[in-house]
Amino acid sequence: MDSFSLIQFEYMLKGLGWTIVLSLISFALGTVGGFGVMLARVSRLRPVRLIAALLIQIVQGIPLLVLLFIVFFGVSIFGIDVDPLAAASVALMLYVSAFLGDIWRGSIESVQKTQWEAAECLGLSRWQSMRLVIIPQAVKLSLPSTVGFLVQVVKSTSLASVVGFVELTRAGQIINNSLFQPFLVFALVGLFYFCLCYPLSRWSRAMERKLNVGNR
Amino acid sequence: MSAIVKLQDVRKRFGDNEVLRGISLEINPGEVVAIIGASGSGKSTALRCMDHLETIEGGSIEVCGHQLGAGKVDLHQLRRDVGIVFQSYNLFPHLTVRQNIMLALKHVRKLSRGQCLEKANRVLDKVGLGMKADFYPEQLSGGQQQRVAIARSLAMEPQVMLFDEVTSALDPQLTGEVLKVIEDLAAGGMTMILVTHEMAFAQRVADKIVFMHQGLVWETGGPEILSEPRTVELQQFVGTGL
Repeated sequence: MDSFSLIQFEYMLKGLGWTIVLSLISFALGTVGGFGVMLARVSRLRPVRLIAALLIQIVQGIPLLVLLFIVFFGVSIFGIDVDPLAAASVALMLYVSAFLGDIWRGSIESVQKTQWEAAECLGLSRWQSMRLVIIPQAVKLSLPSTVGFLVQVVKSTSLASVVGFVELTRAGQIINNSLFQPFLVFALVGLFYFCLCYPLSRWSRAMERKLNVGNR
Repeated sequence: MSAIVKLQDVRKRFGDNEVLRGISLEINPGEVVAIIGASGSGKSTALRCMDHLETIEGGSIEVCGHQLGAGKVDLHQLRRDVGIVFQSYNLFPHLTVRQNIMLALKHVRKLSRGQCLEKANRVLDKVGLGMKADFYPEQLSGGQQQRVAIARSLAMEPQVMLFDEVTSALDPQLTGEVLKVIEDLAAGGMTMILVTHEMAFAQRVADKIVFMHQGLVWETGGPEILSEPRTVELQQFVGTGL
């Protein structure tokens, strides 16, 4: 049996790289999707609000793992070969969109109503008020929870291992299959995740303190 | 002279609570009108109806030629003609004083940057805050913030300005500096409608006093009605207010 060496370590680092790539892709796509969901949730049209709320409920009510299976295996049924990275990206995008959309809706709604009124009375249109007055204030309010959620996303990418995408967790499994040193291997995997997530958590907490959200 | 603001039998209710029970008012260009009355008399609601922040259920309102009642209102044009200042200032906290003033000049009136700057500086000087242009609202006192809010509204060059209890959140010292700005505007011929609790100020500056009571215009007249009220209700109100 081989022992843990530089080769395994490099393989793990490559996995870490893919974890970061998948996190960034899902976060980037999810940001776009989440922005759309947020706009739909604060729309003046009731049907639009309800449809968006329903979609959020559906996505939030299904485990991410099952969502991944649906996208990966479900689509293959139609004879379309789905690349694991693509499947994972799509499933994570849905997941991130639903949660960020909800987080951001909360931030938009926590900007005081009088700000809308003031903007409106100066003659700004609804979209101008949103873009120039409400969103800049909401972004500031939402940053801590958004970055906090990014931590969840990084950890959630580990589920992509089940559809055969070789990110950090899957890399650990593969190495362990040949070395059979689970404690060492998964402790290392855990450490890598921690090194990614801890700075993000700290950053989020620091922003929260700066904003003094608790005292509002 | 034809009225610039005209309310006829205006009615408004919030649920079961009938706030305005048919009020009629006429305000001529250049007039300064003070609306006074106890809390809950409907005076703020009446003011908010004039800027279409509340919709009415009966009667008609005409402001600068815009009909605010049933039917579609050209809000864009209405808001260019009418400026409003609120009790809680409602400045944009993420923008500096100058940016607060320039925002609508740029995006609503579509003026060039140079014109925006020039107007912003002019109105800031008018309210005596030229040196605070680059400060953020939270760095200013309440009185200064309210003066910025007045400047922001003034920069849009409205034909009518509405003031909704603009000094109610301020202590007496800061109240003075805000009232001074309003007095200057009055002297400059601006048409203004003020909902206020400052009786002495109303008596000094207003051309017309409107006393509201239980959703009705109870008594109206020149400033002299504050010292010689005709109705018992105004007598009682003035008795407690002065």
